[in-house]
Amino acid sequence: MPDVKLIAHIRGWVDERFGLQELAGSLKKKTVPHHKLSYWYFFGGITLFLFGIQVCTGILLLLYYRPSAGEAFESVQYIMTRVQFGWLIRSIHSWAANLMILMVFLHMFSVLFLRAYRKPRELTWISGMILLLLALGFGFSGYLLPWNTLAFFATKVGTEIAGQVPVAGHRMMVFLRGGEDVTGATLTRFFGFHVAVLPGLTTLLILLHLALVQKLGISVPPSVETQWKQNPRIARQMKFFPNFFLREAIAWYLALGVLAAMAAIYPWGLGTKADPFSPAPAGIKPEWYFMFMFQTLKFIPSKVIFIDGEVLGILLFGLAGGIWVLLPFIDNGVRRFGRRIVVGAGVFAVCYIVALTIHGYVAK
Amino acid sequence: MANQDSHARRRFMEILLGGGFLASLASFIYPVLRYLVPPAVADLGADEVVAGKAGEIKANGSKIFRFGTRPALLIVTADGEYRALSAICTHLACTVQYRSDLRQVWCACHNGMYDLNGRNVSGPPPRPLEQFQVHVRGEEIIVSRTRGA
Repeated sequence: MPDVKLIAHIRGWVDERFGLQELAGSLKKKTVPHHKLSYWYFFGGITLFLFGIQVCTGILLLLYYRPSAGEAFESVQYIMTRVQFGWLIRSIHSWAANLMILMVFLHMFSVLFLRAYRKPRELTWISGMILLLLALGFGFSGYLLPWNTLAFFATKVGTEIAGQVPVAGHRMMVFLRGGEDVTGATLTRFFGFHVAVLPGLTTLLILLHLALVQKLGISVPPSVETQWKQNPRIARQMKFFPNFFLREAIAWYLALGVLAAMAAIYPWGLGTKADPFSPAPAGIKPEWYFMFMFQTLKFIPSKVIFIDGEVLGILLFGLAGGIWVLLPFIDNGVRRFGRRIVVGAGVFAVCYIVALTIHGYVAK
Repeated sequence: MANQDSHARRRFMEILLGGGFLASLASFIYPVLRYLVPPAVADLGADEVVAGKAGEIKANGSKIFRFGTRPALLIVTADGEYRALSAICTHLACTVQYRSDLRQVWCACHNGMYDLNGRNVSGPPPRPLEQFQVHVRGEEIIVSRTRGA
């Protein structure tokens, strides 16, 4: 069989230059903890998979999309109506974006409740938080690109919120909008953020995040760790390759199935073209992942003592975000008190986000 | 002594090279930062515009018109009186609308309400809407504002 010989020859040639055998050797030796809670760790991998889908479908959309106020809406309409399978590519891009953010949240809360952020994984948590912010940035900037009414007002409100931040707020708003108002200049800027700045930063952060996971290994939840310490015979490890890899592949395949079904059965709509001189339509809502913040701003009165309501809201969210990033330092594994604070904060956050999101969709 | 001299020379070179490096870094970063800030556009928006034609809007009705670069709201009250307000909500800058059923100005984004004088009466808006003067000149409804007032 000359083919086998040829393949072996090529493999040898490549191996001589890249040292693949060495790499494969360490991959074969790599193991990950195996326990009843292992599956909660799959959400991170699914997020990565969906990010890959976003990159691929995003590149495809770039072939036809035009980032200007005069052409953006029409170009998306063109993609959806004239380009073969354009509707599918765009629908997958929109659905995968939403699913990715959902997976990011699930990943974050599973890490939180399994207390995987503990020493020495503080930086993994912090890099994950930055990735969450980047994912929200992707969502926010991408939402405007079709230049429809909902997106226009969502961007107006979102950038206005940035403008309320004390001291640097106004400058930040002008920077984001590319001027004092949301115009075509904003669209061009958001396009730049969405297709160049954010993907670059995200790729770097993902590499850092994965390098940390690789270096420090996957965390074992404290409850399982205690059992394993008491009875070392029940401690289980699973080979990364092929056992874990194939399980993860199944999870990715399932995610792909859900994504394809959603994109095909519920194609993403386009709405009406943005008109800066028409009123905000009744029933206007942001994307679901911003809903709890949107609702909070609705509930805060216009003035609380001497502070404007929206400024107070922004300060509170900023403070909560800051504390959230520092959670690994509050629960450093030494004091039980710290653990209670983190679990309490996690439960409160889940309840708050779920309750306000549901209220946002149900309340008139 | 010689050692001290060489140490001082080394220190001098470190400051010189370090300072030079920082200066060149600043000379790269400064233009980039300035580039990121969009040039200020002078607001050449007129202080007076024709908002519409008399009879164009029915009593207890409204229309949104361009006032310079921004939207404004022209309302004809149930009594046939004209009111002109900025259409930009003072809460988070959504474009407001006149609700003929409530006879109030409403912002759909966060449920803010203003009365026909632009006063914020309920919901989150912290300030009233800017009010403009309305004059009818022949067939034309003229809306004007006084700058710095």
